[in-house]
Amino acid sequence: MTVEETRASSGNDFDDFPKGMRVLAVDDDPTCLKLLEGLLRKCQYHVTLANQARIALNMLRENRNRFDLIISDVHMPDMDGFKLLELVGLEMDLPVIMLSANSDPKLVMKGITHGACDYLVKPVRVEELRNIWQHVVRKKVDPKSRDKSNSSYDRDQQGSEGGQGPAVTGNVDQDGKSSRKRKDDEEEDEENDQDDVDPSAQKKPRVVWSIELHRKFVAAVNQLGLEKAVPKRILDLMNVDGLTRENVASHLQKYRLYLKRISTAASQQANMVAALGGKDASYLRMGSLDGYGDYRTLTGSGRLPGTGLSSYAPSGMLGRLNSPAGVSLRGLASPTIIQPNLAQSLSNPAFGKFQTIGSQAHQNPNFFQGIPSSLELDQFQQTKSTTQVGDFSAIDSHRSFSAATNSFADTRAAVNSSNLLGTGPSNPLLLQGNTQQIQNGLGFVNQSSVNVPSLTSDSFNVGTSGSSNIMDDGRGQEWPFQVSKFSSNPLPLNEPFNTAQMPPNSMIYNSSSSSIHIQNSPMQFPSNSTISAPIEDSRGEHQGGLVGNFVQNVNQLPNQRFRQHKQDYTNNSNNAFSALSTLSNSNGGTTPFSQTVDQDNGGYNRRVNGSVSSIMQHGETEKSPMNMKMRSTDGYILDQTKSHGGLVPNNYDSLDDIMNAVMKRVQTF
Amino acid sequence: MLGLESYRLVADMNRLLALLFHQGVLDEQFLQLQQLQDESSPNFVSEVVNIYFNESEKLLRNLRTLLMDREQWEYKRVGVHLNQLIGSSSSIGANRIRNVCVALRAASEQNNRLGCLRALDVLEHEYCYLKNKLHEFFHIEQQRVLAAGIRYPNPMQQQQQ
Repeated sequence: MTVEETRASSGNDFDDFPKGMRVLAVDDDPTCLKLLEGLLRKCQYHVTLANQARIALNMLRENRNRFDLIISDVHMPDMDGFKLLELVGLEMDLPVIMLSANSDPKLVMKGITHGACDYLVKPVRVEELRNIWQHVVRKKVDPKSRDKSNSSYDRDQQGSEGGQGPAVTGNVDQDGKSSRKRKDDEEEDEENDQDDVDPSAQKKPRVVWSIELHRKFVAAVNQLGLEKAVPKRILDLMNVDGLTRENVASHLQKYRLYLKRISTAASQQANMVAALGGKDASYLRMGSLDGYGDYRTLTGSGRLPGTGLSSYAPSGMLGRLNSPAGVSLRGLASPTIIQPNLAQSLSNPAFGKFQTIGSQAHQNPNFFQGIPSSLELDQFQQTKSTTQVGDFSAIDSHRSFSAATNSFADTRAAVNSSNLLGTGPSNPLLLQGNTQQIQNGLGFVNQSSVNVPSLTSDSFNVGTSGSSNIMDDGRGQEWPFQVSKFSSNPLPLNEPFNTAQMPPNSMIYNSSSSSIHIQNSPMQFPSNSTISAPIEDSRGEHQGGLVGNFVQNVNQLPNQRFRQHKQDYTNNSNNAFSALSTLSNSNGGTTPFSQTVDQDNGGYNRRVNGSVSSIMQHGETEKSPMNMKMRSTDGYILDQTKSHGGLVPNNYDSLDDIMNAVMKRVQTF
Repeated sequence: MLGLESYRLVADMNRLLALLFHQGVLDEQFLQLQQLQDESSPNFVSEVVNIYFNESEKLLRNLRTLLMDREQWEYKRVGVHLNQLIGSSSSIGANRIRNVCVALRAASEQNNRLGCLRALDVLEHEYCYLKNKLHEFFHIEQQRVLAAGIRYPNPMQQQQQ
């Protein structure tokens, strides 16, 4: 390993900027690493090299202020570049630029959705590197602008929460780093570094969830049961000093999102294991770091400026996405505005307020219905929904948020809502995920796509226009990003997730995402498989849930099997499904497939039933369980809402969070 | 005379490079590499290229092993190796090698075993060719540096002149 220390001090006041900008270059290929070093030195940056992701992570964790920017290769042996990207974004909130020899647009999309500031293709030229300092500046400038809008909101939230939860002593950070609870606190990082804020203060220091802490958390959650896990009880079980209920609440949301995300990627067996309560084990199985990382990724460490809800994974990712792209976000700004209002009406300081969830649950359908614009747009335009569905399925696999999604008439919405309404535990996470999606449109963290139902519709709308195109191209607008992103993300996780949680919608999403992936090169098989799984399942009925399950199952399948499955599914009676399967069989022609998926997804979203989620739980093979269990009911979303009523509270929590996040986001724009 | 020698060597180097560019063996990325070489890193190009050769040889050997395997092809590993080879070759400016790698990757994705083996042969050939030429290039470079060094003020020389 070649690690060269830089001379840069932590106090980089950008006087000489961009000279002296401290860059950490990570690449397992020594040739490229050396070249990067030369190029960066030529641009007069301070360069630190790392040929392994873990080394880079350790360096970053030691002192995140040592670096301004990170350039990382995508394909690395010890850790996927995207994973590193997520971790860095989550933990350190530093701009990360991806680097790859592969210019496949899907990978680029994946990078963006994971929050990369930029994506460079090898060979890298010095001209490209001369401009990378803009990402550093952008990160510093943007959060500050968001901070202003968030701070007031956050203060309100914090105040109300402070009154409820245990006294927050402030710094819970074990590492001594500044801790932030909410996503929108990220911008405070510089400001609150020395603050040991008390609970009533607006920005609480962020809690760094170390492996040990997270283990305790997971143990507590498992002990309580994922559906029943309430932050207060978890907090009591964990018995950790300085940890606030809000911390736990947000972490719980993230965890749920994470579980949702991995559930879609997990194999059936994994799902079964998870369903049997092996959540903790499976989660840990991933590798604490990985699981943890993923989990964190889900939460998207407070990227989202306005959200103030740390649990909003989307916000985190949104923040990331905002900087580089912001396009989709802008487009979503208007639609999302609706939701924030709703969100606010729905929830009071949603943070950790599970009690209010019930009431919110009722509001949920209203909420969705109350978003006429989004609904109209969301009319299950199959083309659109397909894409989105795919995405969602991956994320929501375990959620029955379909209910919520139905209201959106958008596949995505369905997924989101189902997520929200459905599986309680994951709901908060899902909501957050959705929020992000909507906001980012880009491919927010996998979870995000699932979560924000209302946002979904908006984003869906935004994305729909693009999605249809995307389907054709297999790329392009937000939805495709999400889809592809989603597909690939769950795969690495392969965590046995509680299938029960996988919402039907998610399945749809999976299919759509998989459809997109199918078009990808064979190397991308995993994602494809995810997609195919849902699609095939959905054959029986337009059930999003199937998709999710399918995705999970598919993930495990090898490419060839995947294609066979697709063909097998052609036999489905369901027209939509047949169409899907046909499409999938047709060699994953992006266009046909996606279209079919879209159509099916639309149907799926509507129909997704809780049964789907149950299917997921069983981790059956794609074909049988899904089809049978899927029932198409128009009002499934609403049904789901009811069925998941118990879980709704959780969802609403996250929904509120999402709404808040969206709101904040909107404000940002 | 020594100065002329140095100029001649430079001319030789340029001619060699021009040939390689013309053949498509190297592309403009190699020029980028050269631009990074300066007083602070006088041997940058040769260092990078040597690292490249070391790594590539390992990758090529692994590829050969993987592709010669009669039973089962490990697509993923082949893909991983190829990806790295493509990345490093394009970073160096080894244009033809990169193109052959891309073709090899396409063949492996299509399960075209014969195509893969053929591409691998071409790849190895291209690699050997590039290695020889670049070695030659660096050899001339070394001589040029020596020749240029002699031009520096030297008491003995000055006395002679």
